[in-house]
Amino acid sequence: MRIGVVTFPGSLDDRDAQRAIRLAGAEPVALWHGTHDLDGVDAIVLPGGFSYGDYLRCGAIAARSPIMSEVIDAANAGVPVLGICNGFQILVEAHLLPGGLIRNDHGHFIRRDQKLRVENASTVWTSGFDAGQEITIPLKNGEGGFIASDETLNRLNGDGLVAFRYVDGNPNGSLDDIAGVTNERGNVVGLMPHPEHATELGFGPDAPGAMRSGLDGLTFFASVIESTLARS
Amino acid sequence: MPTIVVEVMPKAELLDPAGKAVAGALARSNSPITGVRIGKRFELTVEGEVTEAVFAEAQRLADEMLSNSVIEDVVRIYVAETALADEATI
Repeated sequence: MRIGVVTFPGSLDDRDAQRAIRLAGAEPVALWHGTHDLDGVDAIVLPGGFSYGDYLRCGAIAARSPIMSEVIDAANAGVPVLGICNGFQILVEAHLLPGGLIRNDHGHFIRRDQKLRVENASTVWTSGFDAGQEITIPLKNGEGGFIASDETLNRLNGDGLVAFRYVDGNPNGSLDDIAGVTNERGNVVGLMPHPEHATELGFGPDAPGAMRSGLDGLTFFASVIESTLARS
Repeated sequence: MPTIVVEVMPKAELLDPAGKAVAGALARSNSPITGVRIGKRFELTVEGEVTEAVFAEAQRLADEMLSNSVIEDVVRIYVAETALADEATI
């Protein structure tokens, strides 16, 4: 099982995503934005960071980079794609996921361990969770306010396309507390919090048992590995 | 050199946190201004004449790339003979 991580100019968490993939038991593959080569990977992660310095709009320029035409084709063919933070912004700018992300309503950059509720546990990236399960994943962004038209919101809520909601306080003004969404097929998922930062003892969010021991992020990668192996 | 100007604003119904921060700073300086919204202005330069086809292409780019219709509106697009930056020196 090989999972590609695309590095864009200004990506920050590409190496962390690669490390998380390795910890989950798959082989990480570094992919480069300027190529048209997905290297035959089984799944793709668009990592966090500030691609192109957030110029134009967060993720807007990266969404039009060469490799994205292959990522879009792969996503439409059913290949699992996970967008984390800036990667989520890239997915909405590439029209692979609905809605948009704007500056946090309070105007501040925020970093905290964020509690989330898993709303949809049937996507390839969330199948290892139970629906309704509460998890803790680090959040760090300045432009994480999820918005969409009323029509889109109704569809997201009605069709179970909200993957995660913020619990115990909405950190950025996201409509309906939406932290992450999925496409209808369940192979493309995007969220603002960073699952790759909750995959290793000593370096994750605080958990009830011990400091920095939260491993909820590992389940994202374990889920896609299991779903992919089950299909092959 | 002809310039096509594209003006983009955050959707009217959306909160504009950057504008709100500036409005807060103005209020602290006893300004009579009560609200600020911050948008973007793009100056697109073209070689030669702005034909209907060139203008149509600029409109397409304004809708599909320079703005995101989920969060923004293109409020104005027009041809300026000189960019505003040049006019300021006249």
